[in-house]
Amino acid sequence: MSASMNAATALAEPTAPVAEGEAAKKIEGRSPWRLGYERLRRDRAAMISVAVIILIILVAIFAPVIAAIIGHGPNEQFPAPIGVNEQGQPLGPSSRFWLGTDTLGRDVLVRIVYGARISLIVGFVATILTVAIGAAVGLAAAYFGGFVDTTLARLMDWLLAIPFLLLAISLVTVIGPGLTVLIIVIGFLGWASVGRIVRGQVLSIREKEYVEAARSLGAGPWRIMFIDILPNVIAPIIVYTSLLIPVTIVAEASLSFLGVGIPAPTADWGQMIADSQTVYQYGAWWYLVFPSLALLITTLAFNIFGDGVRDAFDPRGDQLFV
Amino acid sequence: MARFLVRRIFEGLIVMWLVTVGVFIIFYVGPGPRGVARALAGKSATPQVVAEVSHRLLLDRPIWVQYWHFLWLLLHGNLGYSFYHDQSVNSILAAAFPITLSLVLGAAILWIIMGVLSGVLSAVRARSLADRTFTGLALFFYSMPTFVLGLLFLLFFYYELTIHGLALFPGSGYTSFTTNPFQWFRGLILPWFTLALVSAATYTRLTRGSMLDVMGEDYIRTARAKGLSERRVIFRHSLRAALTPVVTQFGLDVGILLGGAVITEQVFALPGLGFTAVQAITQQDLPIIIGVVIVAAAAVVVANIVVDAFYAVLDPRVRLH
Repeated sequence: MSASMNAATALAEPTAPVAEGEAAKKIEGRSPWRLGYERLRRDRAAMISVAVIILIILVAIFAPVIAAIIGHGPNEQFPAPIGVNEQGQPLGPSSRFWLGTDTLGRDVLVRIVYGARISLIVGFVATILTVAIGAAVGLAAAYFGGFVDTTLARLMDWLLAIPFLLLAISLVTVIGPGLTVLIIVIGFLGWASVGRIVRGQVLSIREKEYVEAARSLGAGPWRIMFIDILPNVIAPIIVYTSLLIPVTIVAEASLSFLGVGIPAPTADWGQMIADSQTVYQYGAWWYLVFPSLALLITTLAFNIFGDGVRDAFDPRGDQLFV
Repeated sequence: MARFLVRRIFEGLIVMWLVTVGVFIIFYVGPGPRGVARALAGKSATPQVVAEVSHRLLLDRPIWVQYWHFLWLLLHGNLGYSFYHDQSVNSILAAAFPITLSLVLGAAILWIIMGVLSGVLSAVRARSLADRTFTGLALFFYSMPTFVLGLLFLLFFYYELTIHGLALFPGSGYTSFTTNPFQWFRGLILPWFTLALVSAATYTRLTRGSMLDVMGEDYIRTARAKGLSERRVIFRHSLRAALTPVVTQFGLDVGILLGGAVITEQVFALPGLGFTAVQAITQQDLPIIIGVVIVAAAAVVVANIVVDAFYAVLDPRVRLH
């Protein structure tokens, strides 16, 4: 860090004796946001991951178009001998089915393409829900303090002490599976970690002079919380959000893998991988490997992007988010 | 120190009490008493059996009586009775726990060694090829869902090796240590590495970051200036200070996993706590689900207290507030 700064000043020196008017034009105020954005733009790994993410989003949006081009529907079952062999086992990659077929004789490629929709929808929506609840609760706990804080902090301890997967599976079993249920369960069980971080951040700026100033000007608690405090903790919230998306995608895939995710026959990566368990011992490696790759590439791209966002917007490396 | 511990244990008990309330509400109040009796009595039970079960479980009594009964049994270490298995929940969990313990302890030893070593090497030679390799690998395994890694392991190291005449690893199942230590070890290698590789990634990143921070401190420069060997500076002076956040994370992770490494157990068909719980959930065997959730929560709470106590021993400032 210091080495690069020295280099920057060393580079800056020869340009110093330029005519004053010109120098004034060159010096331009850049907001922290702009600085962070420019740092992110220079991060090559992050930019590649953005390209991959955009590609996955496009695949998800245009899933029906891709299916039409290939000519197989996501739930279209091809009977033996086209989709499965005489023993009823899936068929490997061929010119007709590029990534092979599954146990019911469906096109694995088309189902992977459709599966991207579920992963992305849950990944984005459940993450936003998680962060919204966590930020609101963390903000309220730290701002009001006292009894409110104690209660909410205990609630967060409670949520963090209960095993997430077990509670999620139990809740889904009690309520019944479905996309909305999955999103709500992930959101309502996962916000505590966000809540803790936001609470810690708000506690440290609650006593700042500008909050004091707002209070003495007669601002109410809502105004202070959302206009004066929230914008100052938005950077860590954004960083955390980008790091949370892959975690949420894996949570959704895990629940589907355990059989309590999206109900069949909707195509879903976790469910496809779970289903492949019954046939990989018979040589159907493609049914396990390709959905796994789709899931891995997606989480990897989001994680690299999240790391880039953290490095760009949290350059001091506060070690808040590992 | 004693006061600090007493306070933390008291807080832990409050969290545990909240867990029992939460579990009680979700499972007993949530689906309604009739639903609970039905679930407990099993799917093929006659209305008479359901009525008898709800009477025996006090489900026809006021809610606070039910909760008090539930808590009373729990305080006596009785987690209830599984009608489905016709066995006490205590004995079912006692049979499952050693399996989870074997899995988690073995994996924990592996991941702490892999994670800390790679983290230290990365930090000491920051931006070198080794650093980039370890950081890249850490990101790769950090992104890897546990069940994907486990199944790929099974595909390559069990299926592919076995069909090529090299049956090194069994495909699934558990042999207890007392029955056959060698089979126990053989059967756990793949699950250990699955859990360890996925977890180690966090430790590589954590150790690297923490080491880099510590190595910028003044006292490290002092240590170097007074002529200590680089090895001594790294292991005695830096690593010791850098390990604090790593130990915290380690305690919490082990605590969480001791309540059941759900996915790993599921992939390798190891009948530990997580596997038992998932099975109980699909069978609607409520007493077992409640039992596992309570045991798992207790493990997390105890791990939290142990970590806090360790922290307090290591860093005297913590004790003050």
